[in-house]
Amino acid sequence: MTPTYYLLLSALLFTIGAVGVLVRRNAIVVFMCVELMLNAVNLTLVTFARINGSLDGQVMAFFVMVVAAAEVVVGLAIIMSIFRTRRTASVDDANLLKY
Amino acid sequence: MTAAEIVFVLLGVVALAAAVLVVTTRQLVRAALYLVLSFGAIAACFLVLTAELVAWVQVLIYVGAVVVLLLFGIMLTRAPIGPTSDLDSRNRPAAIVVAVATAGVLVTVLVRGFGDAYVDLGEPSTGSASGIGANIFRYWVLPFEILSVLLLAALVGAIVLSRTDIGPPKDGDG
Repeated sequence: MTPTYYLLLSALLFTIGAVGVLVRRNAIVVFMCVELMLNAVNLTLVTFARINGSLDGQVMAFFVMVVAAAEVVVGLAIIMSIFRTRRTASVDDANLLKY
Repeated sequence: MTAAEIVFVLLGVVALAAAVLVVTTRQLVRAALYLVLSFGAIAACFLVLTAELVAWVQVLIYVGAVVVLLLFGIMLTRAPIGPTSDLDSRNRPAAIVVAVATAGVLVTVLVRGFGDAYVDLGEPSTGSASGIGANIFRYWVLPFEILSVLLLAALVGAIVLSRTDIGPPKDGDG
């Protein structure tokens, strides 16, 4: 079984996620695309674990999942507080840091 | 083509199509539901790669928790339920450039580096819960403990961010 196709699939998924982060305007959809990119990385890690016959890649995939869950929780809290103050969830409207 | 490869091709097509739909659909709730489909297909890919525990944890955490949380976020921010036309921002040309560059770099590196790798299907599958548990608590104890601290920090941070009755200290609070 050649694992190259798995790596190609994860590369394409990562690219789609990156495009979504750049193109989409709603902050929650941006979050979904970040999750997509993290999942692509997980697929790569598990594929490498399978190639090498070791479990380290799968353990790292677990750690990535935990960090992703923490990131979603904090990110949604930030989105909610932005929504409370500015009544919008669009990333284009939160532009106070822009010169 | 072996049976594993046929299954993988079908799952890969489903995962890719669902991911494209997440990025292109005009309805927010449907984006979340397509995300479920994509995550499910990736979990099945993990199963084909004999990573059983990762697959089930993927279903539990991503499909079960993260997508539900995202749906809550969609509802709480009063996002439009029907089709909306202004979901895309204006930096589409930059996104196309970044996409082509990312795909080029990733595909080139992966094919150059691992184009001739192969998986020995004869070796026993290792992704069981007992194997992963032994591996974590034998070699990965310190990252595991650090992650528990990170989860606690995320918990406290989310509570502090989302509570409205604790703000910055007023004058005279000390």
